[in-house]
Amino acid sequence: MASLWFWIVAAMVATYVVLDGFDLGAGAIYLVAAKTNEERRRVLRAIGPVWDGNEVWLLAAGGTLYFAFPQLYASSFSGFYLPLTIVLWLLILRGIGIEFRAHIENPVWQDFFDVIFSISSILLAVFFGAALGNVVRGVPLDATGYFFEPLWTNFKLGPHTGILDWYTVFTGVMALVTLTAHGSYYVALKTDEDLGQRARGLALLCWPVQFFLTFTALVATYFIRPEIMANYGRHPVGILVPIVVVASLAVMLWANPKGKGKLAFVASSLYIAFMLVGAAFALYPVVLPARDHQYDLTIYNTAAGSHGLSVGLVWWTLGAVLAVAYFTFVYRMFRGKVQLGEGHY
Amino acid sequence: MDSALFVHRLHFAFTATFHYLFPQLTMGLALLIVVLKTIGLRRNDHIYHEAARFWGKIFGINFVLGVVTGIPMEFQFGTNWSHFSRFAGGVIGQTLAMEGMFAFFLESAFLGLFLYGEKRLSPKAHWLSAVAVFLGSWLSGYFIIATDAFMQHPVGYFTAADGSLQLASFWDFVLNPWAGWQYAHNMSGAAITGAFIMTSVGAFYLLSGKWTAHARIFVKAGVIAGCLFSALQIFPTGDRQGKMVTDLQPVTLAAMEGLFQGQSGAPLVILGQPNDQQGKIDNPVEVPGMLSMLTYQRWNAHVRGLDAFPKHDWPDNIPLLYYSYHIMVGLGTFFIVVMVVALLLLWRGKLFNARWMLWILMLAAPFPYIANTAGWMTAELGRQPWLVYGLMRTENGYSTAVSAGNGMFTLLGFMGIYMVLGILFLFLVRREIEHGPVAGHESVSSLHPATVAR
Repeated sequence: MASLWFWIVAAMVATYVVLDGFDLGAGAIYLVAAKTNEERRRVLRAIGPVWDGNEVWLLAAGGTLYFAFPQLYASSFSGFYLPLTIVLWLLILRGIGIEFRAHIENPVWQDFFDVIFSISSILLAVFFGAALGNVVRGVPLDATGYFFEPLWTNFKLGPHTGILDWYTVFTGVMALVTLTAHGSYYVALKTDEDLGQRARGLALLCWPVQFFLTFTALVATYFIRPEIMANYGRHPVGILVPIVVVASLAVMLWANPKGKGKLAFVASSLYIAFMLVGAAFALYPVVLPARDHQYDLTIYNTAAGSHGLSVGLVWWTLGAVLAVAYFTFVYRMFRGKVQLGEGHY
Repeated sequence: MDSALFVHRLHFAFTATFHYLFPQLTMGLALLIVVLKTIGLRRNDHIYHEAARFWGKIFGINFVLGVVTGIPMEFQFGTNWSHFSRFAGGVIGQTLAMEGMFAFFLESAFLGLFLYGEKRLSPKAHWLSAVAVFLGSWLSGYFIIATDAFMQHPVGYFTAADGSLQLASFWDFVLNPWAGWQYAHNMSGAAITGAFIMTSVGAFYLLSGKWTAHARIFVKAGVIAGCLFSALQIFPTGDRQGKMVTDLQPVTLAAMEGLFQGQSGAPLVILGQPNDQQGKIDNPVEVPGMLSMLTYQRWNAHVRGLDAFPKHDWPDNIPLLYYSYHIMVGLGTFFIVVMVVALLLLWRGKLFNARWMLWILMLAAPFPYIANTAGWMTAELGRQPWLVYGLMRTENGYSTAVSAGNGMFTLLGFMGIYMVLGILFLFLVRREIEHGPVAGHESVSSLHPATVAR
C-alpha cells in the first residue's frame, strides 16, 4: 500500500513539473522572446487560463504527500525550511506578476510586473532543481528523524552541507535549462509570427546544453551516490527510463526545426517525466536519504496508518478522475494559437 | 514562553489572519455572484449581468490574493509545525489532501472560464462556471473546518504504537459534530462579509449619485443577504457553537466570558477589562444571571469559572481571548441591528433616499472583517493550551529543528510581502470601484438615465 502511494506521489510531482514547468519556462524566456507589449500579452494569454490550475498540482501533491507520508512531510518541510519559504515568496510574486500586470495600461507598471514574473520564474526553476538535487544527494538526518539545512555553507559536499553545494547548484541549472526549453516549446506551439520563431530558436539553443547536462548529471550523481544504480540492476524494467530519455531528446532535436511543435512539446514532457521517474526509481523505497544511511527515511518508516491509506485510495481516485476531466475540458476550451482580443492579459 | 515557540505561533497567526481576509470575501461574493447571475439569466436583465461582471472583477483580484497567501498555509504545517504534522498527519492529512484534490482543482479550472470565458461560453455554461467556482470555494472551506474541528474536538482516530494519531473511522472524522456547526457559523460569517461589501459599494454609488441602477441592486441584494446571514450567525449557528464549547471546552467558556469564579446565577459581562492578576473584571457592565440563562436556560444555574480548572489547563492568553470573543459578539449584534433597520427601510421603499442609513452601510464595510478575524481568534486562542485538544499541547508541536532566528527571518519576509500585497489590493479594488460597473463608461454618471431621473 505504501509503495502504491509512493508512485502516486511521484506521478503527481511529475505531473506538476510537466504542467507548471511550461509556464515557468515561458516566464524564463519571457523578457528575451517577447519584446513588445503585444507579444508579452500573447505569452501571458497562452499561460493565463492554466497557470493557476497547473500550480494546484503542487498543492495537491504536497497535500497527498502529507496525507500518505506524514513523517516525511514533517521532516523534509522543516528541514528545507528556508528554501521552501523562499519558494513560497517567489510563488506569491509570480502569481501577482501574471495577474496584476493587465490591470493598468501603463508601461512603467507593466515593466515592473514583467520583471517580477520573469525573475521569479527563473529562480523557481533553479530552486526546484536544487530541491531535487538535495533529495538525491541526501540530507543530514539524525536519530530524531529531523534535520535543518542552511542555504549554503562552503558549497562542498560533506557532513555539513547547505541547500546549495556544487551538486545542487548543478541540478538547479539543469532544471532551469530543461524548463526553459520546455517553456520555449510551449510558447512556440501556442504563438506564431516572430514570437513563435524566437521561441523555437531558443529551444534549439537549449538543446545541446540540455543534452550535455543530462549526461553530466548522470555521471555526477553516480559519483556522489553510487548506490543509485542498485535498483536498475535489480529491476531490469528500469532500462525503460534511459531509453525514453534519450529517445525524447532525439525527437526534440528532430521535431523542433521541422516545425512539428506538438511533437517536440510532448517529447519534452516525456523527458521531464522520465527524468523524475528515473530519480524516484533509483531512490525507492527510500524517500529521503540521510548522509548517514541508518537514518534514511523510507516509505516504511514514514507512511500513515494502513486504514487511512486504504480509505484515501477511494477518494483520491475519484478526485484524480475529476481533475483530469477538468483539465481536459479547460485545455480544449483554450486550444489553438492564442488570439488577442477581448479579455484579460 | 520559549522564544522559538512564540515566533512559530506568531508566524502562523499572522499568515493565517492575513490570508483569511481574502477567502471570506471570495466565499461570500461567490454566493452573491451566483445569485446575481441566476436572476440575470431568468429575467434576461442586462443590469444584473453587468452587476455580476463588476463583482467578478473584484472577485478576481481578491481570489488571486487568496490563492497566493493560501499556499503558505498548507506548507506551514510542515515547515513550522513539524512535530504536530508527524503526530496528527495520519488523520488531518486526509482532509488537507482532499481539499487539493476536490476543491482546488475544481476552483482553479473553472475560475479562468468564469473570469475570462464569458464570450466563449453560452450564458448557461458561464453560469455553471460561476456555480463551480462557488462550490469549489465552499468545499474548500469545509475541508479546512473539518481539519480545525479535529484540533478542537478530536474524533475518529486511534493512537498508534509510535504515539502518532491514525485514522480509525473516516466518516466519524469527516462528519465531526463540531465541524458541522463551526462550518455553518463560519460560512455565514463569510456571507456577511460579502453582503456588507456589496452593500457598502452600492451605498457609496448612491451617495455619490453614480450608477444608481446598479447600486440599487447591490444594496438590495446585500441587505437581504446581510439580514438573513446576520440572523443565522446568531441563531442557530452561534448558539450551537457556544453550546459545544460549554460541553466540550468548559474552561474556554469561562475564559471567554471572563468568569474567574464559578457561581450560580452567573452574570453576562458586556463590558469591562479582565484583570488576570486579581482574577476579576474591572469596572464591569453586566446583566445579572444572563450567562446562566444562555448557557443552561436557567437563571440560577451554576456556571463553572476558571477556578474550577487547574491553572496549567487555562487558555494562555485570557485577555486576548476575552476581547476577541466580546468584539465578535458585539459586532454580530451591531450587524443584525443595522441590517434589520435597512431591510425595514427597503421594504417601505425608503432605503435608497435615506442618506443617513446609506452612510452607515457604506462605513460598515470593515466590521465584518474584524468580526470574522475575532471569531477565529476566539476559536484558536480558546483551544489553547492545546494544539490537538486534550492530546497535544501547543508547546510540543512546533518545529524544534527551526530556530527562532530562522523563524523570525521568514516572518519578517512575509510581513513585508503581505504589506505590499495589501496595498496593491486596495489600490486595484479602488480602481475598479472608480471605473464602475458599466464597461467603457467611466465617469459618465451625469449621462446615465438612472442618475438623470434621480
